[in-house]
Amino acid sequence: MAVALIPLVYLAVRTAEAGADRIAAELWTERVGLLALRSLGLAGVVTVACVLLGVGTAFLVTRTDLPARRLFAVLAALPLAVPTYIAAFAWVSTAPRLEGFWPAALVLTLCSYPYVLLPVAAALRGADPAQEEVSRSLGRSGWRTFTAVTLRQVRPATAAGALLVALYVLSDFGAVSILRAETFTRAIFVSFDLGFDRTGALVLSGVLVALTVLLLGGETTTRRRGARYARLSGARRPASRLSLGPARWPAMAVLVVVAVLALGVPAASLGRRLAAGTSRPGALPEVLTAAGNSLTVSLAGAALTMLLALPLGLLAARAPGPLTTALDRLAYLGHALPGVVIGLSLIFFGINVAYPLYQTRWLLALAYATLFLPLAVGAVASAAAQSPARLEEVARSLGRGPWTVLRTVTLPLILPGIGAGAALVFLTGMKELPATLLLRPTGTDTLATELWTSTSVGAYAAAAPYAVLLVVISALPTWLLVARSGLLDKEKRVHQ
Amino acid sequence: MSEVVVSGVIKRYGRVTALAGVDLRVPSGRLTAVLGPSGCGKTTLLRCLAGFERLDAGEIRIDGALVAGGGRHLPTHRRNIAVVPQEGALFPHLNVADNVGYGLDRATRRSDRIAEVLALVGLAGFGARMPHELSGGQQQRVAVARALAPRPSVVLLDEPFSALDAGLRAGLRHDVRDALRADGATGVLVTHDQGEALSVADQVVVLRDGRVIQAAAPATVYREPANPWVAEFVGDAVLLPADVEQGVARTALGLVPVTGAVPDGPVTVLVRPEQVRLTAGTGGVTATVLRHDFHGHDALVGLGLPDGTRITARVLDGGAPVALGGEVTVRVDGAARAFPADASVGRPVPTPVRLVG
Repeated sequence: MAVALIPLVYLAVRTAEAGADRIAAELWTERVGLLALRSLGLAGVVTVACVLLGVGTAFLVTRTDLPARRLFAVLAALPLAVPTYIAAFAWVSTAPRLEGFWPAALVLTLCSYPYVLLPVAAALRGADPAQEEVSRSLGRSGWRTFTAVTLRQVRPATAAGALLVALYVLSDFGAVSILRAETFTRAIFVSFDLGFDRTGALVLSGVLVALTVLLLGGETTTRRRGARYARLSGARRPASRLSLGPARWPAMAVLVVVAVLALGVPAASLGRRLAAGTSRPGALPEVLTAAGNSLTVSLAGAALTMLLALPLGLLAARAPGPLTTALDRLAYLGHALPGVVIGLSLIFFGINVAYPLYQTRWLLALAYATLFLPLAVGAVASAAAQSPARLEEVARSLGRGPWTVLRTVTLPLILPGIGAGAALVFLTGMKELPATLLLRPTGTDTLATELWTSTSVGAYAAAAPYAVLLVVISALPTWLLVARSGLLDKEKRVHQ
Repeated sequence: MSEVVVSGVIKRYGRVTALAGVDLRVPSGRLTAVLGPSGCGKTTLLRCLAGFERLDAGEIRIDGALVAGGGRHLPTHRRNIAVVPQEGALFPHLNVADNVGYGLDRATRRSDRIAEVLALVGLAGFGARMPHELSGGQQQRVAVARALAPRPSVVLLDEPFSALDAGLRAGLRHDVRDALRADGATGVLVTHDQGEALSVADQVVVLRDGRVIQAAAPATVYREPANPWVAEFVGDAVLLPADVEQGVARTALGLVPVTGAVPDGPVTVLVRPEQVRLTAGTGGVTATVLRHDFHGHDALVGLGLPDGTRITARVLDGGAPVALGGEVTVRVDGAARAFPADASVGRPVPTPVRLVG
């Protein structure tokens, strides 16, 4: 974990060096106040919209007789595959004057409501239908049962999803920058990029981290309460479906509109730009170089991350206790630490402490490790749970030594999960934008940075191939997430 | 020979003492049941035998060789024991044959040992199945076959039937007992189910609060329990205060001979409900029928004696019908076991019954 904390500690030290007066002067300005209000406002608006859209859609696709439910379930989860900066690029290239707070809120909502949808849909599928049946049998109507029982069953999942969305919006850099919504992340990048205003950028980063920590703290309370919603024992049984009647057509219309806005607009825009862009000669080699660069830095990042995550994850799974709880919290920090802040602190770290690393791919790989370590540790820990200690005891009792048990039982059981974790880190690294922008060695362009550069000079056609490639890459981890949420499962699951 | 001898074993978890000095001898080639209520330390004892836990004191010998105690702790995989856990714990990535062959060396794996033990548990031809394709009972059978395959000195069974349906359980436990017997294996079965312990084991060890209360053959434990607590734990019991005079106890049920040499004075006597006979005629104590619980093969009849004592009688179905509130004559068949009166643990009289109707 120390590796993950280096940049943060360094950030704190450097900020403190600037002196209290200087910090206060930077901090207590109208601009910082406005930025804070706007960032929090954006996070608030997007979170509320995502909860409404996410819970509603989850209920429609899991608990009603909506036609083509599975198709809509996939369509509703797919926006995860569209990085926000690509969605923003798609909207801007369709309607160039679209910019500011509300367009940013719209784009971010459309991109991040699956973060609520997926956990809530999984919770709805896993919830004990007996509770609803009891409520109905005690004379509560269907609607009152929904509000009094069903919504409360999924409250922990909703809270977790909402937290993800809020953190995601606070740390989002690409969409707000392209749509010119002045928030913290954009302000940090601009003040660093334009003026090398070190202290200003550091202070802003500090405030952003503070906001993030506040959000995390607030969520902890909900989470403790959530522990009580344990499912009592009993066979897993699918809940009965609510018959929508004629209401199914408006419900379907809403889902169609959301799908068109979230997926149709980016698809159409990218398709059109791609068709226009491929006529430009010489684009292909550049795309290939960028793809190659993306591939190598992400591979290095994934390798480094998994190397650090393996011992931590195994330890967490085998020795439950305070450490496990702490790691669980850190999984959220992964989404919470804005890439801009990590990138910035690693720049200072690289210049002042680890100069040989500065301007190399290894510093970028280290940034990925910092950003995605919690993600990887979570994957390793849940993979390790696939090989319960009881199995290893049995294996030892059958006369096999510790190393043989590791080779013949533990590893075969946990390798698939670890592989999936590595793939997730690798693919997430491919689409990472802000840290890559700040830390890439001069002259090294990746898919994400090429897209960014083209967009910022208005070369939308040139940006299209990068955008398409990135969407394809992002679709893979999305598929993994969707498959894991159980949204695509057949109605009846046989449990042994 | 693969005798297991446990002497003076103490195991503590923090301030909780799970095993408070256990002495135990598991005879070779036999099935020993360790019976006790939850929290009595029986699972801890099994984990100590398996080597999953280190002893705080005492020692364990298998085949005369010291495996634990005196600073020695032979790791699990060198103890030549095999465990069958509660939920089977088959390796999910291996098929049935590979699961069973897991503990075998390369040469034995190629021999017909796998098929042999699979046939022993009634699963011949199931080798290619994956664990998730089996029912709960079949998984448990595979777990037993896997434990038997390497011919371990001892097979440790940790409540292996408790997760199964009642009907399946009875059949499986006798099949497993037969499989162990056919293979000549020494077994230790941990259970909280006294019916299971009495019906399958050659020896029953009653454990309570980390101590062995009694270790004997099932019939002995049932007929001659070491104390009233054991008497109630291993079956329905009627415990009555009594006075012994020259080998005969004066009880609320009349005069009952007691087994063994019992000095004159106050005692608590144990009468099993099946010893209480109901007759229509005279020549016994008159009792009122308070309750009648029909169980199919037999019935339990709750009776109130004239002095207010309440007792239970077991009658076979087909016997004379008894009417609630009616009067019957009761007498005790056979001898009762007497305990010193002050050693009475638990309730001196059976569960109070409620007059129905």
